[in-house]
Amino acid sequence: MSELHFKDLNVWFGEGADRVDAVKHATFDVPSGASFGLVGESGSGKSTILRALVGLVPTWSGKMSVGGKQLGPKRTREFFKEVQMVFQDPYASLHPRHSVDQVLGETLKLHGFRGIDKRIEKLLADVGLGPAFRFRYPHQLSGGQRQRVAIARALAPEPTVLLLDEPTSALDVSVQAEVLNLLADLREEHKLTYLMVSHDLAVVAHMCEATAVMQNGEIVEMLSVEDMRAMRAKNPYTQHLLESASGYNPSAEQSA
Amino acid sequence: MSEKPLLDIKNLRVTFPTRQGEFEAVRGVSFTLGRERLGIVGESGSGKSMTGRAILRLIRPPGRVEADRLELEGIDLLSLDEKAMQKIRGQRISMVMQDPKFSLNPVMNIGDQIMEIYRFHTGASKKAAYEKATEMLEAVSIRDPERVMRAYPHEMSGGMGQRIMIAMMLVTEPEILIADEPTSALDVSVQTQVLSIIDRLVRERGMGLIFISHDLNLVSAFCDRILIMYAGRIVEVCEAARLNEATHPYTRGLLGSLPRLDEPRKRLSVLQRDADWRETESVSGRQ
Ligand SMILES: Nc1ncnc2c1ncn2[C@@H]1O[C@H](COP(=O)(O)OP(=O)(O)OP(=O)(O)O)[C@@H](O)[C@H]1O
Ligand SMILES: Nc1ncnc2c1ncn2[C@@H]1O[C@H](COP(=O)(O)OP(=O)(O)OP(=O)(O)O)[C@@H](O)[C@H]1O
Ligand SMILES: [Mg+2]
Ligand SMILES: [Mg+2]
Repeated sequence: MSELHFKDLNVWFGEGADRVDAVKHATFDVPSGASFGLVGESGSGKSTILRALVGLVPTWSGKMSVGGKQLGPKRTREFFKEVQMVFQDPYASLHPRHSVDQVLGETLKLHGFRGIDKRIEKLLADVGLGPAFRFRYPHQLSGGQRQRVAIARALAPEPTVLLLDEPTSALDVSVQAEVLNLLADLREEHKLTYLMVSHDLAVVAHMCEATAVMQNGEIVEMLSVEDMRAMRAKNPYTQHLLESASGYNPSAEQSA
Repeated sequence: MSEKPLLDIKNLRVTFPTRQGEFEAVRGVSFTLGRERLGIVGESGSGKSMTGRAILRLIRPPGRVEADRLELEGIDLLSLDEKAMQKIRGQRISMVMQDPKFSLNPVMNIGDQIMEIYRFHTGASKKAAYEKATEMLEAVSIRDPERVMRAYPHEMSGGMGQRIMIAMMLVTEPEILIADEPTSALDVSVQTQVLSIIDRLVRERGMGLIFISHDLNLVSAFCDRILIMYAGRIVEVCEAARLNEATHPYTRGLLGSLPRLDEPRKRLSVLQRDADWRETESVSGRQ
């Protein structure tokens, strides 16, 4: 069964000269337990799809469903027990005056967990942050450390669906490897479903069985991981993405 | 390098008091910056951003910046008063922060923000500033610059925020650009465009660039020289094109943890850190 279902999704902002059709006729399915990628141009509507699903954009049409249940305009607390999102911008998504301990503790309390102390320790260890970070505030953390706190917060309610918006773009490669391995383990252990935005095709190919490629609000191509690895793409933009990801060619760019 | 460097930094330290005592985020780094593209790579928390911010004296108290030398073409930056420092920021040294949207003013539209900076530093007319600002947005591959000029930061995508920051920092044509993960949210085609603008400024106008990034392939292809940081120190300095020949086990470990499209594997190898790396003296990046 498909865990996530999008049918003819349109999302827009503003009106008149300022109207932006951020997502146009997006249709795709993510099977339960699968990991699905969204790649594409900056500003092409990737984050908007995730934000619409979690109810952060009121202006949309079409169909969206999670676990067979069709979504209306509002999201309940039960919804967020199932579906969690890691936002693209770890700076904006953490409250500046809440310590790491408060952020995780409050999320756990909200979802009715007990043994909060132990759980906070475990969550921090899972994302590779030592206990020294527990009482820090966001401004006392580096970019990558904040992103790991954001991931820990999303994992806290033990959701079944994780929406990941560029989860590792703020991370260096060694931490990226740790976080990607962690996400892979969690998915296997808890049969999680992932919908993951990334501009890094190597990351998407590593994590996802299939991906949609977006440009200017539209899905221009769907690729399986085999297509990606074999560089089988019909769309020229996709072809360009694949070529650049499979080995950087400095001569193409540098003349000095 | 025979030319005098733009920046000359010796034994730079950044310290924060914390619950657990003093924390040294940067522990004595030395390097120079010429009219070149200098990359800084290293793992999360290794002190890359704090090094960049320290140069502009943007470390918030109670954090402290100390150095035996911190000079911009012979001017001692540590002894300048705040007013003189404000002149340096933006006009002579610009910094694209790692948190683009956070650095933009949330209640002012994007056009006004870029125009204000441009007019402050050049005294240009409103009309000229409007033209310059749209031109800059177009240069960083913004599809609809006219709309974006009227829009507010929260209405921008992650990568658009990064590009707007870059446009804003380059519009004043600074002598030095410190770019902290400037393209981390950009897809390759847009990234190539943005880098080529920066590259042009380095080659044609002799701008000095400090490029902070965790993208090893990118830094290796784009920069001239690379400093590799670990735990607040420089553990290795190498020619960018030769990053693949780097010898420090930390650098090798970083290169080994990259996922690859052409070589699928079940698990990514993770770095095994050695306690000695932290204790070894910093390598100098001075030329
Ligand atoms: N709140 C908003 N108000 C107006 N326009 C918006 C808003 N949020 C997003 N947009 C517009 O919608 C389009 C798609 O944005 P979105 O954030 O989905 O892009 P993205 O594919 O995630 O890009 P990136 O890779 O750069 O993060 C952009 O043109 C953006 O300006
Ligand atoms: N105000 C503060 N108080 C205490 N520690 C701090 C403070 N600000 C930063 N740090 C610490 O300083 C260290 C260096 O931070 P910095 O932001 O320079 O890392 P970075 O190399 O840029 O990492 P990233 O790649 O994750 O952005 C980190 O361990 C961080 O937690
Ligand atoms: Mg986005
Ligand atoms: Mg940083």
